[in-house]
Amino acid sequence: MDVIYRALCFIIDLFTSFMERIRPGWIERNKSKIDEWKLMAYAYSKSPIAVTGGILATITVILALFGPLIAWEPYWQYKVVVNPDLWLKPPCLPPSCSGYPLLGTDEWGRDIFSLIFYGYRISFIISVMVVVLGVPLGVILGLIAGYKGGYVDEVIMRLTDIFMAFPGLVLAIAFATILPQRIRGLLDASPQLKDFLLWIFALRPQEYGQLAALLSIFLALVLVWWPTYARVVRGTVLSVREQTFIEAARSLGLSTWRILIKHILPNILSPIIVFATFDLATAVLLAASLSFLGLGPQDPVPELGFMISKAGRFFPERSWWIVVFLGIVLLLIAFGWNLLGDGLRDILDPRTRRAIEVRARAKARAKAAKVKGG
Amino acid sequence: MTLVKTVEETLEEGLVLKVRGLDVRFYTYAGVVKAVSGVSFEVREKEFVALVGETGCGKTVTTRALTRLIDPPGRIVAGSVLFRRKNGTVVDLLKVPDEVLREIRGNEIAYIFQDPSSALDPLYTAGYHIVETLIAHNKKVKRSEAVREAIRLLKEVLIPHPEVRVKNYPHELSGGMRQRVVIATAVANKPKLLIADEPTTNLDVTVQAQILDLLKEVQSRYSMSVILITHNLGVVADVADRVYVMYAGKIVESADVFTIFEKPMHPYTRMLLRAVPNPLKKIEKLESIPGTVPNLINPPPGCRFHPRCPYAKNECMREEPPTIEVERGHYVSCWLYHRR
Repeated sequence: MDVIYRALCFIIDLFTSFMERIRPGWIERNKSKIDEWKLMAYAYSKSPIAVTGGILATITVILALFGPLIAWEPYWQYKVVVNPDLWLKPPCLPPSCSGYPLLGTDEWGRDIFSLIFYGYRISFIISVMVVVLGVPLGVILGLIAGYKGGYVDEVIMRLTDIFMAFPGLVLAIAFATILPQRIRGLLDASPQLKDFLLWIFALRPQEYGQLAALLSIFLALVLVWWPTYARVVRGTVLSVREQTFIEAARSLGLSTWRILIKHILPNILSPIIVFATFDLATAVLLAASLSFLGLGPQDPVPELGFMISKAGRFFPERSWWIVVFLGIVLLLIAFGWNLLGDGLRDILDPRTRRAIEVRARAKARAKAAKVKGG
Repeated sequence: MTLVKTVEETLEEGLVLKVRGLDVRFYTYAGVVKAVSGVSFEVREKEFVALVGETGCGKTVTTRALTRLIDPPGRIVAGSVLFRRKNGTVVDLLKVPDEVLREIRGNEIAYIFQDPSSALDPLYTAGYHIVETLIAHNKKVKRSEAVREAIRLLKEVLIPHPEVRVKNYPHELSGGMRQRVVIATAVANKPKLLIADEPTTNLDVTVQAQILDLLKEVQSRYSMSVILITHNLGVVADVADRVYVMYAGKIVESADVFTIFEKPMHPYTRMLLRAVPNPLKKIEKLESIPGTVPNLINPPPGCRFHPRCPYAKNECMREEPPTIEVERGHYVSCWLYHRR
């Protein structure tokens, strides 16, 4: 754990010295901020849950970034055409067999292990986009509803009620079935957007048709995502708004936007960050469920949920490895973000952070006393 | 704001603020709370006015209503608040557009709130609060200049090592120091009127005295007018020039500070003064005013003080007392002084 603390401190020092170089006197001015960051780093390194989550999340991010480059087999090559032996080959561990893929193959003879790397990218991009677009939407609506009150609040909150009245998945299915056509039109209209999206999903230009399906999953998720945030944010805004400093800000003649962005948002940010981290996990799973139900992309796009649903046809004798390994991948992604969110909740709350600091101080003192006594 | 009835009034020379017939109501589930009814008062230039009364008598609501800082379910139902701006024009604060009002808030009328521990945003430094106020009202100010001005202001409110303190977060400051920062923020734009809402209530006694001295000093330096809200008559005697006594949403007596202490007329003022313990005498039992503040959803008919008043007569229960000028500048609303 000490290694992690030192590594984080190194990163913080690197950043502060960089800031010092471009703006002399920066370290001096932000001394208490930097101390607080280091304390956060310490609290983080002390929590095994947060560290595990951090490692898993880092692995997810790295694999998502470089996975398609690592993957040694193009996902669009159906090897089974050349070599019928590769049809749903079970996993093959080196001592007992060799020459065949380690984690087995799917019904097109593609190496599951290699496909996983592509799958990481797609799942990760969808979940990040859902959170990056859905969260700000919910946060902004929640801020306005909570701060303005009255009719504005009523309209926004009843709208979220309408969205929340349906189970998220059902609503997402509805959106995912109606959206693709609209999205295809949009993509046809702007080739740059199309190329960019293909590039971030690491797909071939031939898969252009699948893009609409992928995007519709993601849009469907954004549409069912924001109401929870609007709710949570509105609630916290209501309590922060009553604080004297908000009234003081109003009495000093600050504009409503300035109060919202500079005084209310930063004060409610840490629960949002924690929530968003948890939701990265939920979004991965929900996206996988939608494509499991057949609403997402089709062959040959290596979407994890879709591949699991295809494996279901041959389950369990001829495909258990696909279900198990791809399931483990989904589990690791979801588990990592969940643990990280759990850890962040403790670290971002100044009260628990203080408690961790106090405990560490007491321990250090006891240790020092022991050394002295011994 | 459509419900605000217009009262045609003009602002006489030498006055900064003139409030006439201010009526604030809160529309709650339990009923309509008539928190402030028909309050009229004025503040002269460079005058230190005290607004005195029990908790819940509407002092705070009155001052908040001046710049329309009343949130729903509260509503300003009637009245006029004439204010002489820095550029000499006279406006009715209850009728000006929101943008104008925002220019006035913090720039020409500034507030100091009761609880210094929550009046500063915990996420920003002491200096940031001042800089933000300066920039909000003067877009041309450069940040570095504003920071320098913040340090100067902190020095002015007698904070030791202002260069260091300007970078401190609120949790790194003591209660007294926080209140000094709040005062510095409030006077940053040299307002014409400073409204201090029980600025010393949450501080300990020695710090209270310092803060009051500071307020007095700042007032004379910037030649501001001050409205001080308090329930502490000791504080009033110390700093105020003129006193308004409020009871249950109405002003019952007003006079200069000497008259209030020497010749209080309204029974409520008298009882309030009697409740202040005399440090020179041995105290057997602390005096108090019997009864409680009336429920403002259904205020008592007639004089609102009659259920607790030892001199209550029949007419007190039936009809609202008129406001009588008993001597020059001494007004009292009581049937006892009504000559037929």
